[in-house]
Order: sequence, then C-alpha cells, then structure tokens
Amino acid sequence: MREDPVEMSVAAPVAAPPEPQREALPTAPSTVPGGAPLSLAPPAAGIPGAAPATVPAAKIEIRDLNLYYGPFRAVRDVSMGIAANQITAIIGPSGCGKSTFLRSINRMHELTRHASMDGQVLLDGVDVYSPEVDAVDLRRFVGMVFQRPNPFPTMSIYDNVVAGLRLGGGARKADLDEVVERCLRAAGLWDEVKDKLRAGGTSLSGGQQQRLCIARALAVDPEVILMDEPASALDPVATLRIEELMLELRGRFTIVIVTHNMQQASRVSDFTAFFSMGEDRAGYLVEMDRTARIFTNPREKLTEDYVSGRFG
Amino acid sequence: MIGAVPARDATLAERLRAGRSPRRRAVDRAGRGLALAATLACVVPLAAVLFFVVAKGAGALNLDLLTKPAKALGTGGGALQSWLGTVQMVGLATLIAVPVGIAAGIYVSEFAGHRAARAIRFASDVMVGVPSILVGIFVYVLLVLPFRQFNAFAGSVALAVIIVPVIQRTTEEVLGLVPRELREGSLALGVPSWRTTLSVVLPTARAGVLTGVMLGVARAAGETAPLLFTALGSRLVNIGGFGEPMDSLTLFIYNGARSPIAALNDQAWGAALLLLLLVLGINVSVRLRSMGGVRA
Amino acid sequence: MTTLSRPTRLPARRGPRRGDRAFAAGTRWAGIAIVSLLVGIAIVLAVESWPAWRAFGTGLLTGTTWDPTRDIYGAVPFIVGTLATAFIAVVIAAPVGLLTAIYLAEFADRRLATPLTFTIELLAAIPSVVLGLWGIFVLAPLLRDTLDAFVIAALGWIPLFAGPSYGFGVSTAGVILAIMILPTIVSIGREVLRSVPAAQREAMYGLGATRWEVATRAVLPYARSGVVGAVILGLGRALGETLAVTMVIGNTDAIPTSVFSQGQSIASKIAVTFNESTGLQSESLVGLGLILLAMTLLLNAAARLLVARTARGPRR
Repeated sequence: MREDPVEMSVAAPVAAPPEPQREALPTAPSTVPGGAPLSLAPPAAGIPGAAPATVPAAKIEIRDLNLYYGPFRAVRDVSMGIAANQITAIIGPSGCGKSTFLRSINRMHELTRHASMDGQVLLDGVDVYSPEVDAVDLRRFVGMVFQRPNPFPTMSIYDNVVAGLRLGGGARKADLDEVVERCLRAAGLWDEVKDKLRAGGTSLSGGQQQRLCIARALAVDPEVILMDEPASALDPVATLRIEELMLELRGRFTIVIVTHNMQQASRVSDFTAFFSMGEDRAGYLVEMDRTARIFTNPREKLTEDYVSGRFG
Repeated sequence: MIGAVPARDATLAERLRAGRSPRRRAVDRAGRGLALAATLACVVPLAAVLFFVVAKGAGALNLDLLTKPAKALGTGGGALQSWLGTVQMVGLATLIAVPVGIAAGIYVSEFAGHRAARAIRFASDVMVGVPSILVGIFVYVLLVLPFRQFNAFAGSVALAVIIVPVIQRTTEEVLGLVPRELREGSLALGVPSWRTTLSVVLPTARAGVLTGVMLGVARAAGETAPLLFTALGSRLVNIGGFGEPMDSLTLFIYNGARSPIAALNDQAWGAALLLLLLVLGINVSVRLRSMGGVRA
Repeated sequence: MTTLSRPTRLPARRGPRRGDRAFAAGTRWAGIAIVSLLVGIAIVLAVESWPAWRAFGTGLLTGTTWDPTRDIYGAVPFIVGTLATAFIAVVIAAPVGLLTAIYLAEFADRRLATPLTFTIELLAAIPSVVLGLWGIFVLAPLLRDTLDAFVIAALGWIPLFAGPSYGFGVSTAGVILAIMILPTIVSIGREVLRSVPAAQREAMYGLGATRWEVATRAVLPYARSGVVGAVILGLGRALGETLAVTMVIGNTDAIPTSVFSQGQSIASKIAVTFNESTGLQSESLVGLGLILLAMTLLLNAAARLLVARTARGPRR
C-alpha cells in the first residue's frame, strides 16, 4: 500500500538532477537511446536466459528487471520487448513471477509491502520508474484488469465505467454518457446492460462483471492494458467472450496478458513469453517469441516440455 | 479530463505531464495531512490526561495517602480505606466472574448449538454496552433493598456483572483459536471431551483467557457508577466486612473532586494517579504480551 | 498427555459420557446466566419503575418538568441533555475518529500504525472518573476561557450558542464524551477498513487514483455500513456514560437552551439523585433508567448488524 513518495513537480529534462538511487540514465523522451526508433533487438542479448525475440515496434521495453519482496527475489534479470498494439501473453508454471512481472509495468508492484525493484521499464522510451514519472499518472496510460472481477459494489454499472474519469473531476454529463456507451460497446456489454445502467455493478454475472472491469479500464483511454489471468475465475463461455473481446481490442491497445492457460495464450496472443522458476525460486524469462513459434518450435527444451504439458 | 490528453503522437513524457492534475495532487496531500493531524489529535487527550494526573497527583501520592485512613471528620488522613476497598471488591468480583465467564465461554465455543451461541454472544455484546449505572440500579434492587443496607458484597456483584461478558467473549475467542488437531488428538486417545476441554484446550488458551480476566479486572477497578448505589463508599477502613459499606479508589476520587476543599481535591489527584498506574499498568502489560490486543 | 499412562480409563464407557453431559450442562448454566442477567436488568428496571409509569403514563417520557416538591416527574430535560451531549460528542469524534482510522488502515506504515492504535486504545482504558476529574480542573476552565469565549463572541447572537459559559455544561460534557468514544470509533473503524478486500484498492489504483482517492472512493464506500456501525457504537457508549458527564455537565434539571447551558443527562441525573430519593421520584428515576436501556439496546443492536454486514461485503 505504501507508494513511493518521490514526486517532482514538473519534469525538467534540461539539466536532470543527479539521481543517486537509480544508476540508469534519465532517458531522452522521444527516441530509444541507440537511435533506431523502437526496433527492438533485445538489448539484453548477452544475458543468459533472455532469448532474442524479434518484436517489430516495441511499446514497452524491459531491461534487466529484478523484482523483490523483502529479501526474496521474485523475478530475475528479465529483458524483453512488448510489441505495440499487439497481444503479448506471459505463460509459465504458477509461482514463477508472471503476475509480479505484470504488476511492475504499471508500478502496482510497489504497492505491496516491502516490495522493491531494480532495472528499467521503458514505456515509449521513458523509464516509468524515473523520478519524473508519477505512478498515479502512469496508471492512466497503463490500465489493468485483475484476476477476479472487482467492480465497485457500491457503484452502479454506469458509475463503475466512469469511476476513473470522475477522479479528474469536472467531467461533463454528456461526455460521460458518450464514454459509457463507447466503452461498454467496446467491452461487448452494451446490449446486455443498456437498460439497467443504474443497476449495481455486482448484480451482473461473473463474466459480465469482468467485461465491466475491462470497460472501466478502457474509459480512461489507456494505451496499454495489463490483464492478470482475466478469465481464470470465469466459466468456459465467459472465457471465450473475454478472448474474443481481446482480439477486438487488438490493434488499438497494447495488451499484455498473464495466463496459466496455454490454449488461451495460443488462441489470442501474437507473442508469447515463457517464464520459469530458477532454483532460487526466482522467476526468469526462458524465451520469448512469436506465439506460433513458441508452441510449435521453441528454441529451448524447457519451453517445449512446458507447452507440451510435460511439467507445470 | 476528457479531451485533455494530447494526441498519441505527443511523447509519453508530454502526455504524462498533460494528464497530471495539480488539484488532485493537492487534495491527495491535504487529505493525507488531515488524516495524520486527526491521528495526532487522538493522542493529545491521552497525553494531556497523563500529564495532569502525574503533575497534580505526584505530590499528593505519598505514604500518608497509602497508609492512613480518612479522618472521620474534616480533612487530612489518607485513602487507605479506598485502595483496600478496591482490592477487596475487585477481588471478590473476579472470583465470582471468572468461573461464570470462562464456563460460558467454553459453552459457546465447545457445546452450544448455532442459535444458543448466537443468543449468548449477542447478550454478552449488549451487556458490554449497557450503561454501568443501570447495573448499579439492578444490583441495588436485588442486594441492597432487601437488606436495607448498602454493602460491599452488592458492590462486588455489580462489578462482576460488568466483567462477566468481557471474560466470556475473550474466552470464547481464544478457545476458537485452539487448533482442532489438538482436540482430536486428545479425543482419539479416549479422553472424554470435558477432560479434553479442561486439561488440553483450556491450558493451551491460558494466556488468552488470562488476558480477558486481566482486562476485566482493570475495567472493574476503574468503575464508579455501579458502586454508587451498592457499596456507597465509606470513610472507614473496612476489611472483610462485605455486609457493610466500603470505599473504593474511584468513589474517593469522585467525592474528592466534587469537594469544595482544596486538600481533598489534591488527594483526589493522588488517588487518580494510583488508579491510573494500576489500570494502565494492567492494560499495557497484558496488551503488550498478546500484541494485537483484544477489543473491549 | 497423562492418559497414555492410564489406559484403564478407556473401558469406563458410561462414565465419560455422563461426565461430558454434566460438564456441558454446567457450562450451559453459565451461558444462561449471562442471557438472564440482560433480561433480568430489563425486568427489574421495568418492575421497579412500574408505579411511575402508572402515575404518569407516557407523561414520564414526554413531561418537561422534574419537580420533587410537586411530585411531578418528566424525562424530557434529561433525554434532551443525553441526546445533546451525545450528539456533540459524535459531531466531534466521528470525523476525527474516521480520519484516524483511515490513516491507520490506509496510510501509516504498519510499524507506526500498531503502536499508534495501541496508544489510542489506551485512551479507552482511562477510568471515567479520572477523565471527570481532569474535566473539572483542566478541561472545563480551559474551554470556558478559550473555545467557549470565542464561539460566544462570534456566534453568541444565535440562541443555540448564547453565553455565558461556566465551563460546566452540555458542551464540555460533549467534548469529554468525544474523547471517550474516539477509541471505539478508531479501533472498530480501522478494523472495518482493513477488512476491505485488496482487490478494491487495486481496482482504484489501476485507474490512476491517488492514495487519498483510493481511501475515499474505493475503501470508504465499500466499508460504509461498518463505518456507520462504528460511529453508532460510539454513540451508544456516549449515551450511557455516567461519571465523567456527571462531573462536568453542571447538574441542572432544566432543558438546555444553548450548548453552553448547564444540564443533566439521564445517567448523571440518576447518579446524583438516586441515593437521596424515595417513593415516586425514585421510581421515576428507575423509569429514566429503562428509557436509557431501551436507547442503548436499540443503538447497539443496529450498530452490530451494520458492522457484521460489512464483513459480508456491501450491496447497493
């Protein structure tokens, strides 16, 4: 719950102040250091475990990321790129740090007690952990859908959708109406709920609640949507509905989904990253590649064993 | 907010900055500051009471106050009769309340059906909320009126009525924490369930039960209202005379505080310091030992 | 376990059963005793006040005069005094207590929250009579010379805030009560807030909320019935609190007209008069007690229902 209190009023790119706690360079805003705009040959080529992946245009670039809970390292040395406006799936056995990794992208990780990290998460080339980025601002651009549907039970369907927009205050009713319809349509929920927008958010079925949560995440107009096993609490029909929805959103949003369901990963994702657990129980990236490649002809024996169901 | 976000071809840094709301940030900071201020405001009364009781009571809490009885007439003397009375009445109240409270706690935790457990739990919770002065009237009617005599026994019973629910609830709660395996292990050896409860379950929960008892004792020692119409108070040292009126520290403070005589006011502060040491001492030691604490 | 060395106990089949039954029955009586205490208090108060109810009917509840010389007794001055002091207490303690609960549950580092909660709960352990003593000699003169004087100067033209203030009166009693019910509101409020699922906080954080927004827009609404319950429990405690109120309220048997008026609550009226009264006055005092019991029972039952409901999660 304890958020990093580092706050700077307005980012001053000129004469960036020295940053003792983070050795990383303050990143220039528009281009990735190294020139070529966002073509990711993973910078971590030399790092063991990080496999080369050909991600066309990386929206997010992770460099040497380590995540900790107190002294325990949950994720070790992850470097990878996440393609813009595509769906990237993260798979791996339970406990391998998939969710922890996902939550580090929008800085939800740091809300956990004793959590810490090192390394970089670059969003459009900006390190989201640099002091000039406020996690509160960041999370409007990197939305999240959680494992269990978590609509606000005291709010109506309508109010749930616009909960994020209301944070800013001053939103006009007509605008909100428009957003509600657009997001509920995008979440494939509009026809089911248009006549009961004032009903409670928790009056819906589990699958509908999860789509409501997706609509809620869409309403703040994010660029990236993180989904943490979004269908694991749902029945097969509702799961299918969520998967269709993800494919509809593909192309407009960069989607990262953590799933323990390999069929799901193969059905929806363009890229798949396979995580496993080392002997120190720290999760690490075994390899990442186009989904088709991971499921048919992976580079690593471990990946092959996992996707063919031999362990995990 | 809507429309405030620049187009996507702006750099992320620009977009982040544009989405930033100084007003929200200020509200956040103000709100958190207000919450912190409220927390500090909660601590102020405790500090103020402690400060004044120590400052005004330290001078008056002397050997005379502890060892001399009040003079029958006029001022002077001490509060010997008061702390002796508190010790005796709280002691007897504990003797009465502990078996009843623990037995009721055992019943609810080990034997009672769903409805009986709910009824007793509800009664206990409500009893904790019953104004203690009403307990005073209740015991007055039962134990003072028939004998036409204020008496310390009635005072003890009134205090017992107040602490029984505290002990019952704590006992029930800590017994619920005893692992099922322990019970089953004992029952599997053929130990009858009542012996299991008394020789296995209860000792395991001993620390917790003791916590409840000590918190009850502290509560009883600080009560005044139920004694007003029962033990009444007295200027005489009364040892063992439970059929007669008896004083307590709380009654001594109450009477001293309302007295127009400055010397008696001072003595009230001294007695308040003594009482506070006793009550807070019990609370602090008990709660520190069972950190997390039990809500009254 | 000692039984291992005494296997001969096992064959005694009927013994243990009978022992169990006796033990269960014995503890059952203790349980029944607690329930009957509660019922007994209600019955005793009803029976003992019966003559007063017969004499005045509902007039005991609605009468505005308490006059021993004419043997006319009406509870209104004390009901008003009780409600007014409790209301002032809640107006002060509810916002302060809830903000504190929010701080302890949502913002404070746990290493800080635990000792702070501990300290605030200690406030509940201070005997009422000690707070009353402090009220007489410290708080009453302090309020009279500072806050009361200020309010009278600024708002004295409104009858509700008309002076003079003697220090002893309804407002000072309210302040003392606020101090006494703060720990209840803080400690139950904090637990209620802590019981809100983390998923609710994360949902709000995920939308880009600040910590204050998470606390006020996700956590507080989710826990609202429990929070209201915590405040009502505090109110219940304020209604029945006797000693501290008795010592600072001024003990005047009249309906207070201003917050600075001297007055009397039900509990304080009983405390100062019961031992000196006989006959109809004494029975009327017990009638006051019955009214107080009904008020506190209703509030407690309502509060506990609300707190229990939060544990199950709210509905719209």
